Amino acid sequence: MKQPSMLMDRVMYALLVPAMFISLYLIFIWSPIEKQMGASQKIFYFHVGTAWVAFLAFFVVGYYCVLTLKKPTESRFINAGISAEIGVIFTTITLISGMIWGKSAWNTWWTWEPRLVTVLILLFIYIAYLFIRKMDGAWERIAKLSAVFGIIGCINVPIVFMAIRWWNTKLHPVVFGEGKNQSGGGVEPEMLLTLLFSLGTITLLYVFLMRKGIEIEKMRLTVKKAKSKVIEKLAS
Amino acid sequence: MLELKNITKVIGDKLILRNFSLTLARGESVAVIGPNGAGKSTFFKLAVGLMQPTSGEIHLNQAQIKKKSLLLQKKIGYLGHESFLYNALTPRENLVFYGKLYKVKNIEEKVANLLKEVGLHYFKDIPIRSFSRGMMQRLAIARVLLADPEYLFLDEPHTGLDQEAVSLLNRLIEERQREGIGILLISHDFEQVVSVCERVLVLNKGRIIEERQIDSEEGLMPFKNWYEAVVSGK
Amino acid sequence: MKTLLADALTIAGKDLRNEWKSKQTIGMMIIFSSLVILIFSFAFDPTNNTVKAIIPGLIWVITIFAGLLGLNRSFIAENENDSLTGLKVAPIDPSSIFLGKVLTNLVLVTTVQIISIPMLFLLFDYRFHGQIIWFLLIVLIATIGFIVIGTFLAALAANAKNSEMLLPVLLLPLLSPLMIAAVQATRIVLEQEGIADAISWLQLMVGYDLLFFAACFFLFEFLMEGS
Repeated sequence: MKQPSMLMDRVMYALLVPAMFISLYLIFIWSPIEKQMGASQKIFYFHVGTAWVAFLAFFVVGYYCVLTLKKPTESRFINAGISAEIGVIFTTITLISGMIWGKSAWNTWWTWEPRLVTVLILLFIYIAYLFIRKMDGAWERIAKLSAVFGIIGCINVPIVFMAIRWWNTKLHPVVFGEGKNQSGGGVEPEMLLTLLFSLGTITLLYVFLMRKGIEIEKMRLTVKKAKSKVIEKLAS
Repeated sequence: MLELKNITKVIGDKLILRNFSLTLARGESVAVIGPNGAGKSTFFKLAVGLMQPTSGEIHLNQAQIKKKSLLLQKKIGYLGHESFLYNALTPRENLVFYGKLYKVKNIEEKVANLLKEVGLHYFKDIPIRSFSRGMMQRLAIARVLLADPEYLFLDEPHTGLDQEAVSLLNRLIEERQREGIGILLISHDFEQVVSVCERVLVLNKGRIIEERQIDSEEGLMPFKNWYEAVVSGK
Repeated sequence: MKTLLADALTIAGKDLRNEWKSKQTIGMMIIFSSLVILIFSFAFDPTNNTVKAIIPGLIWVITIFAGLLGLNRSFIAENENDSLTGLKVAPIDPSSIFLGKVLTNLVLVTTVQIISIPMLFLLFDYRFHGQIIWFLLIVLIATIGFIVIGTFLAALAANAKNSEMLLPVLLLPLLSPLMIAAVQATRIVLEQEGIADAISWLQLMVGYDLLFFAACFFLFEFLMEGS
């Protein structure tokens, strides 16, 4: 049981480290510098990747929440929590990189751009979700409560996006097609390749972090169980 | 006949009840005693449908109880640690409210009778905020009896009651038992256990470790000694 | 279905009777909303004409702040004598508890709005040009959405020790799309004749209401279940 998962981790690690360096090379050296924005456009590759993972992590949370409600098991509960924690990190990175992007592209730290605002609200939902998980009580109960909130939150995300988009376009609902401020205009093939590669790398990073986080959380649980066993033995 | 079959309950990573089985016939009175943390309250919560067992079955009159059926809730009167009453409302309003939820017929008439029976008739229009613990408990009993339950589950009903209230409570319990209601009592008060119940189960660490009939002639001391011996495992 | 509604009405009736006797919660909510208006008049000069533009937003800020007070109480109040357990062991569908609480909170918040919105208009000397019927419709639909999700999360937060602090943290992010729609739609109907421009916002709100009502209604039993 333990051996293959260790092997898997090692393989992933061996893939991840070179991929990181390659994507750094692709981003900073290989891909051409964008004409209008110059070098600051490079942050775009990180921004898109982390934003994608932020949403992905959230839907992973939603997925495990539904499973938890069906039948609460410890590992489902842990998976949802770890994914949420990673999600918080990635939403924060997305917001910061988005702000830097905004500063250099539109000369303002913050615009009420639908995707950016959605990410901000997503961050708040993540944090609220983690607050629920920190409540006192039996884990089964917490698992149920947090799962319920996770599902409601998941339903909410697309609606948030839609509402902000409508709001931004001022009363002229655009359901399909692009809103304003789509990145960089015409994308060159090198840029696209770099983007895809960094997307893949960051997703791989997410999966790796997820596995490690789950492993750590399970160790923590094992220690906690052992501790309470010792306490029980000493008390009786 | 209420039967719990091989009930196991796990909360978190703690095994609260293991392979717990119990049969309660109508007109029978059974006490469940045991040290703190033995799983008594959990077993009550399972029986009244506040929790779902991890495994095991509950049968009522030979029919298995499904999760969604409200049969169990209808047939069992549950008197918990707390009174479940609303402090701002009067006794009458409290009972009428619960009567409506339990779909009791002729609510007003029944409430008036019950209030007379528990001796709160004169206070029926005073908000219960000012009530003493004894009066609250009497009203709580009236709430439980309102729906004509077939089984009464009493979770330490004697705590904090004065002598008068205790004897009223015991009288009410005995009357109901004679009418064919099954009584299940959790208590630490052995005096009451001996005077009210016919059979006793000792629960320890989620398991029934002893079961015996109570002889009310026997007196309190031998019973206590027996309990000590059982729990300490000698 | 019929008994579900009857039970919900019984529970709402009990809550409202409770409230009618003490008038604690509703009194606090009304006073609080008045104070919020007062503070706003310090923050934004009411004699300044541009302030009129923020009136639609103020309506919703008042509603949410005052509403949070009532929502917090709705399940905490059931902890007294553990009466929520009394409801759980009663032979009723858990969803009827939800429905009953939604009705109670709706009555409370609507009452607060009936008093505070005219007061807001009065104190800020606001004259609207739209039709009152559309305004009322939009306020009602948005309030329903707010109460549905608010009641649900109040039940969730009531499990925590610091539920008063937890509820706004849970509620406000989920409320954001509804509030965007509500503020925009309110602005449109207050400033223009007719509802034509606000119709898509109205649709969004109705969709939000229905979706979350269904989700909360079915998920509520998980909140009521013991572990």
